[in-house]
Amino acid sequence: MKNRYSIFSLIKNAFSYHENWEKAWKDPAPKKKYDAVIVGGGGHGLATAYYLAKKHNIKNIAVVEKGWIGGGNTGRNTTIIRSNYLWDASAGLYNHALKIWEDLSQELNYNVMFSQRGVMNLAHNLQDVRDLKRRTHANRLNGIDAEYLNTEEIKKFCPIINTSPHIRYPVLGGTLQRRAGTARHDAVAWGYARGADEMGVDIIQNCEVKAIKRNGDSVEGIETTKGFIKTNKIGVVAAGHSSVIANMAGLKLPLESKPLQALVSEPVKPIIDTVVMSNAVHAYVSQSDKGELVIGAGTDDYISYSQKGSHDIVEGTLNAILELYPIFSRMRMLRQWGGIVDISPDASPIISKTSIKGLYFNCGWGTGGFKATPGSGDLFAHTIANDEPHELNAAFNINRFVSGDLVDEHGAAAVAH
Amino acid sequence: MFIINCPFCGEREQSEFKAGGEAHIERPKQPTELSDDEWAEYLFMRKNIKGIQFERWNHMHGCRKWFNMARDTSNDEIKAIYKIGEKPPIK
Repeated sequence: MKNRYSIFSLIKNAFSYHENWEKAWKDPAPKKKYDAVIVGGGGHGLATAYYLAKKHNIKNIAVVEKGWIGGGNTGRNTTIIRSNYLWDASAGLYNHALKIWEDLSQELNYNVMFSQRGVMNLAHNLQDVRDLKRRTHANRLNGIDAEYLNTEEIKKFCPIINTSPHIRYPVLGGTLQRRAGTARHDAVAWGYARGADEMGVDIIQNCEVKAIKRNGDSVEGIETTKGFIKTNKIGVVAAGHSSVIANMAGLKLPLESKPLQALVSEPVKPIIDTVVMSNAVHAYVSQSDKGELVIGAGTDDYISYSQKGSHDIVEGTLNAILELYPIFSRMRMLRQWGGIVDISPDASPIISKTSIKGLYFNCGWGTGGFKATPGSGDLFAHTIANDEPHELNAAFNINRFVSGDLVDEHGAAAVAH
Repeated sequence: MFIINCPFCGEREQSEFKAGGEAHIERPKQPTELSDDEWAEYLFMRKNIKGIQFERWNHMHGCRKWFNMARDTSNDEIKAIYKIGEKPPIK
């Protein structure tokens, strides 16, 4: 049993200058055989291992990560959490995650800094207005909190937005989900890692998968940079690199991997206490607890694994930000980075069995996976443990691209996730 | 961002171009005779290669012509540019 984090442990450790904190997770060498191996130590992968151990009583699990945990898209996203998706299947999936977020810090005994500061989506033309009103109604029918705001109400909720009718894309209205917000992305990975480690999950970093060994139609194990690991169940949660892993097993996925960029400004005093997203001009912004503006840009349209993006994408995003928030015109940007997102044809994830027995994929989250982290882990763990999807992820099977029963969130949800 | 040598216009910034995805995917000659699996393969399944990928590009803000490119997707280095209908000049 690990020491619980509390005010008392904080005081106690202060006396020893914080030099005697117990390690949050071990650094074990891989065993020869596991009941299940999760490929990818990001938030989704670690959450999957956590729920496999906690709810399905599979304890002999390894998470293999080619770099360090949370060093991929978990640490590169803009931390927005919301569940106001149009279609029933998506609403069920993302709202399941949102419900877990609300108690996650208590459950993990790890402060993931979940902050329900609200997420606004702006409408800039009449079609946006119609789409967002439709989505508000659909959300309410699915039990998701949603409000439609007019321009004055938006100005009141976030006073720094330029609501002048004379800008190129005037703000005509927008939606607000008050239960939505942000969380500390690293803490989510670390919290799940600590929780999984406590239940006996081996978290193996710097361990890259090189091959997947198959015996006919089922899997036998993985070849890694730290040797061969025998297992009958492999859950792949490799985000932008999902196709690379699939290729090792002789599978093709309906995915394209593209760079998605984000940037943060120098830290300033609190100026924006919510998250504002705009589909039409493709800009979204929030402010971190450190005071930096966190700005999300769009994806490049070419396939790349380089974790870089094009400068003109950033330029376009900042143009939009400045038109909506003229107050930021002299703000300096501190850092810019890219992550590789795996985009599916319908912009919805794949949480699914495959044609190979014992091989499961959780991928295709594209530009919006962070918000789903707890729900994704929970449902993927269910799928792996039972060899059957949970009712909430049944629609997100890989066969929908054959049957045509897509969950088409392109255009339906905000493009920017 | 990188520079692309358009076979019709010469060197231009990548932002002038539109990526058209994986090249050499042939439209089925007899669409009515395809199974659902074959349709899915044609429509949705992609190699999404990390390494040398053959892909189509369009010089959207220039001559608006299509051409093919072999590019290393791990570092965005362009290995070859060749015309539509031609076979890739490298493996």
